[in-house]
Amino acid sequence: MTQVNRLTGGQIDRNSTLNFYFDGRSYTAHPGDTLASALLANNVRLIGRSFKYHRPRGLLTAGSEEPNGMVELRAGARKEPNTRATTIEMFDGLIANAQNRWPSLRFDALAVNDMFSNFLSAGFYYKTFMWPAAFWEKLYEPIIRRAAGLGSLSMQADPDEYDKGFRHCDLLIIGAGPAGLMAALTAGRAGADVILADEDFTLGGRLNSETFSVGDHSAPDWAAQAVAELSAMPNVRLMPRTTVIGAFDHGIYGAVERTGDHLPSLPTGKPRQILWRIYSQKALLCAGATERPIAFENNDRPGIMTASALRTYVNRFAVTASPRVAIFTNNDDGHRTASDLHAKGVKIAAVVDVREDAPLSYDYEVLKGAQVVNTKGRLGLSFVEVALPDGSTRTLDCGALGVSGGWNANVHLTCHQRGRPVWNEALAAFVPGENLPVGMSVAGSANGVMSTHGALRSGAEAAAAVLDLTTLPDLPEAEDAPIALKPFWYVQGCKRAWVDQQNDVTVKDVKLSYQEGFRSVEHLKRYTTLGMATDQGKTSNITGLAIMAEVAGKSIPETGTTIFRPPYTPVPIGAFAGRMTGKEFHPTRLTPSHHWAKERGAVFVEAGNWLRAQWFPLPGETHWRESVDREVRQTRASVGVCDCTTLGKIDVQGTDAAAFLNRVYANGFAKLAVGKTRYGLMLREDGMVMDDGTAARLAEDHFVVTTTTANAVSVYRHMEFVRQCLFPDMDVQLISTTDGWAQYAVAGPNSRKLLQKIVDPEFDISNEAFPFMACGKITVCGGLRARLFRISFSGELAFEIAVPSRYGDALMRRLMIEGKEFDVTPYGTEALSVMRIEKGHPVGNELNGTTTALNLGLGKMVSKKKDSIGSVLCERKALIAHDVLKLVGLKPVNPEEKITAGGHLMNTDGPVDSAHDQGYVTSAAYSPNLNSNIGLGLLKRGDARMGEKMRLVSPLTALTVEVEIVSAHFIDPEGERLRA
Amino acid sequence: MHDLVAITALGGAAPRVDTVGPVTFTEVPDVALTSVAARLGQEAKAREALANVIGAPAPDIQRIAGGEKTAFWSGPDQWMVEAPYNGHHDLADQVKAAVGNTASVTEQTDAWVRFDLRGDGIPSVLELLSQLDLRCLSSGTAARCSIHHVGCYLLCRDANHYSIYGPRSSAGSLHHAVLTSMRSVY
Repeated sequence: MTQVNRLTGGQIDRNSTLNFYFDGRSYTAHPGDTLASALLANNVRLIGRSFKYHRPRGLLTAGSEEPNGMVELRAGARKEPNTRATTIEMFDGLIANAQNRWPSLRFDALAVNDMFSNFLSAGFYYKTFMWPAAFWEKLYEPIIRRAAGLGSLSMQADPDEYDKGFRHCDLLIIGAGPAGLMAALTAGRAGADVILADEDFTLGGRLNSETFSVGDHSAPDWAAQAVAELSAMPNVRLMPRTTVIGAFDHGIYGAVERTGDHLPSLPTGKPRQILWRIYSQKALLCAGATERPIAFENNDRPGIMTASALRTYVNRFAVTASPRVAIFTNNDDGHRTASDLHAKGVKIAAVVDVREDAPLSYDYEVLKGAQVVNTKGRLGLSFVEVALPDGSTRTLDCGALGVSGGWNANVHLTCHQRGRPVWNEALAAFVPGENLPVGMSVAGSANGVMSTHGALRSGAEAAAAVLDLTTLPDLPEAEDAPIALKPFWYVQGCKRAWVDQQNDVTVKDVKLSYQEGFRSVEHLKRYTTLGMATDQGKTSNITGLAIMAEVAGKSIPETGTTIFRPPYTPVPIGAFAGRMTGKEFHPTRLTPSHHWAKERGAVFVEAGNWLRAQWFPLPGETHWRESVDREVRQTRASVGVCDCTTLGKIDVQGTDAAAFLNRVYANGFAKLAVGKTRYGLMLREDGMVMDDGTAARLAEDHFVVTTTTANAVSVYRHMEFVRQCLFPDMDVQLISTTDGWAQYAVAGPNSRKLLQKIVDPEFDISNEAFPFMACGKITVCGGLRARLFRISFSGELAFEIAVPSRYGDALMRRLMIEGKEFDVTPYGTEALSVMRIEKGHPVGNELNGTTTALNLGLGKMVSKKKDSIGSVLCERKALIAHDVLKLVGLKPVNPEEKITAGGHLMNTDGPVDSAHDQGYVTSAAYSPNLNSNIGLGLLKRGDARMGEKMRLVSPLTALTVEVEIVSAHFIDPEGERLRA
Repeated sequence: MHDLVAITALGGAAPRVDTVGPVTFTEVPDVALTSVAARLGQEAKAREALANVIGAPAPDIQRIAGGEKTAFWSGPDQWMVEAPYNGHHDLADQVKAAVGNTASVTEQTDAWVRFDLRGDGIPSVLELLSQLDLRCLSSGTAARCSIHHVGCYLLCRDANHYSIYGPRSSAGSLHHAVLTSMRSVY
């Protein structure tokens, strides 16, 4: 089909022709078109079906406020539903489909809903599907959801990439119409750092849609010249295709830049969109205004649109919606549309003006004091019925009707921090109020200044005010027509006049809402859905409010206005995610032995951001338990090596370092000798255990504290808080060294023999010279700086050795080579966990934020001889009652049976309910040394119940296992091995 | 002399180099790093001692200063000192010997990975990574920032040379983030 509705002129490139597809049919367009203008050029008025009644719908506007003209853009995983045809920049090969129609756009079976519209009025679902309650979720909702709604999702992952970015400026100007451009010129020439953002791909705003001149130029030429001047300024950043979506605290604005949406395909690595966070010193809102329609009978037929949209299509895109057009208006701007269209050769059927004193035209008929009372046409407008002041009616033959009910200032961003707009009688519209977001000012029609000259002036003045400039630039001559408008919201007596076309809300629905008691505008919105969904009521909110005001007998400002919230227009979820998707969802931390472990085929597990080796399967091992059991047996029989770099390391220095640790830890540290390590317990202020670890004293004024992997950050933060806020008079300095040292646990009876092969001979690590809990600086492998700690988590004779991280990989490989004669094994976190459960060491499962030192069997560690954080509050009555939970070991009576972590402990007899709960299981494992499943748990009076039989239950999974309460220290309870 | 072979933070034997458009992104393992934090009441002496170490006054807030050894500000009366790794693998000990009891000194060499960006148009890459106002990050300044949720130091050595210090364990994620942004821009 050729572009039958294409006119001459416009800002399109006729030298190039683009092909696109809509609903399966092929059409042509030109660069500079939107999908909307291209469809109109090809005489396609019917674009989709409405939300609820499946009524045929076309375009209402030419901008981002569009409620109706929505399509599913692109195909496959890139399909994007509910995309406004008015904002889609044409590219070659564009594919779009109509939505919410079945089987076809022209014949939609669910249009039957329209025949039952009397039943489907506002609140229909709430009133009808009341009972039986159980039917709602399973029956009613799925059916309603299928019938209603607009586009459908691809149900595939979004294959495109998105970036996030940060920009800073002195002045952010939102909107590049006459006010925005003039403000940018003023600020840019003054040397300010300016960002000028506009949602359109061509900057200029309404200037691109008008025929009048600005200075010596046509309006679009003046805009282009201003843009050219701004482009040449190094201090001005132009951001076309960028929608400022929200005004946030401290002058921060969110903005979505569509960097790739206009391209047929994205180059590799390039983002589809960028979500910018713009930090502005000041912001100037020049977001323009939106023309509002008038509600009348059947005002939703394809071909009926706002008058300014018709003008935009004709002037900017050289497209008329129909060769024969009528205008319905309550103000002079509607006449400007008629005049522009006439000048372009479009036949004006008549201008219908509700005002008795409407201006006349020599070029076409003006029907004064008349109203459009109905329209006809099956899938698009054919006739308009007009009621004349004398009571007679007249039918106009036309394919398009431009409606102008006046202009609403785009105040949205002024309200994002609860600012309330104020009513302007002259405009019959809201304009920004006093309480704007900090740093924001408003200019141009967004501030109710509706003439072009007024916009240019207010843009210049606002920029000058923000920047304290004393002189204004010379302003070009431009149109400066006064506002001439008679407020007129809807035609009385109509049955189905659409207020919110996106949500199928009629005048009647608004009145019904009032009648049924939903009178606050917030209730009106929820009850009727007016103003919801992708357009957020940009063309409907004020009309809905006006109707509500009339019914209530109040003024519009008395009735109120809904609050506007970000985002201004819809934002893909992908833009909020940015690059943080899939494997890059969060940063990953790799241990120094990671690459070596990967070569060994280790299975990794996430521990916070860390990836840790969970176990190291050997050929022939088919189940993880085989690998883990072997690693445990080999370590306990000879020697194993585990990467424990992930444990937090905090370097504590200063003359008060020991005194500081004495405050932070519940147990004493003041007298710890240099060269010794001590297990330490850290409490929260409320007395609960925060973390455990060790502190090694390397010098009088130097300790290295270790934390659990999970709490490394929170403990460091806590210690900084204590240092800076609680004890600022102490001389102590902290810094993390977690990543700086590769630290490996070398555990098992042969661990010393293995280490002796790599520790340089001048360092004696015999039991006498380097006993349990010793620490010191050593060298290994012929002179590499290292630290050695004789500490044990497994309960075996064990050491932890640390070298600078860059040598961690080499040290692990060396330990494996040197350990061959001892049948050394690397072990992962699973074997580590099995061995610590066998030894009865509490970890995060037990230090779960609800346990005290007393609960964990560590009550005696809380020193009474000194004051430390948490030492007072851990003595609260309830925390030291006779039946508090105590850490115990658990063994199934039948060793084959499993201990399940999370299960609860009940007495052998009696009911199984929370009132009789005796405790719970915190950790469980299979012990290859005991050939039994074992567990740790917290049990009321646990320490006094050794040998008792109990039921381990999980009522949710119907689990009941008979268990015996035993000591938590399954292996070497006397600690002989680790002192060997 | 020990016989263990170091690997870079990204796990290679040699530092990784990537060039996209006008920007070259290099892993820099040949740098030694140590923290210097003044002891309580010793702040002035610590500054003086640090000045002797780097041959320039101790840098003020957000500043970098020095010659072969440079220092950048990392907090109130705290600095990071950088030096070439060769000859300074024990930088912490060297600095400690110089500052004595005026400051606490902690080895930081392998706690961090350093990446350098060189070339034109680096701010276009950095604005996708860091919330810092790059207009204020002029030559000779350093600032703490978060890059894709990784806490980093960003140093502007001159308009065509920036350094990023990030935690060594997150070198891979940081490298991915920067390289992705380079490919996004160029």
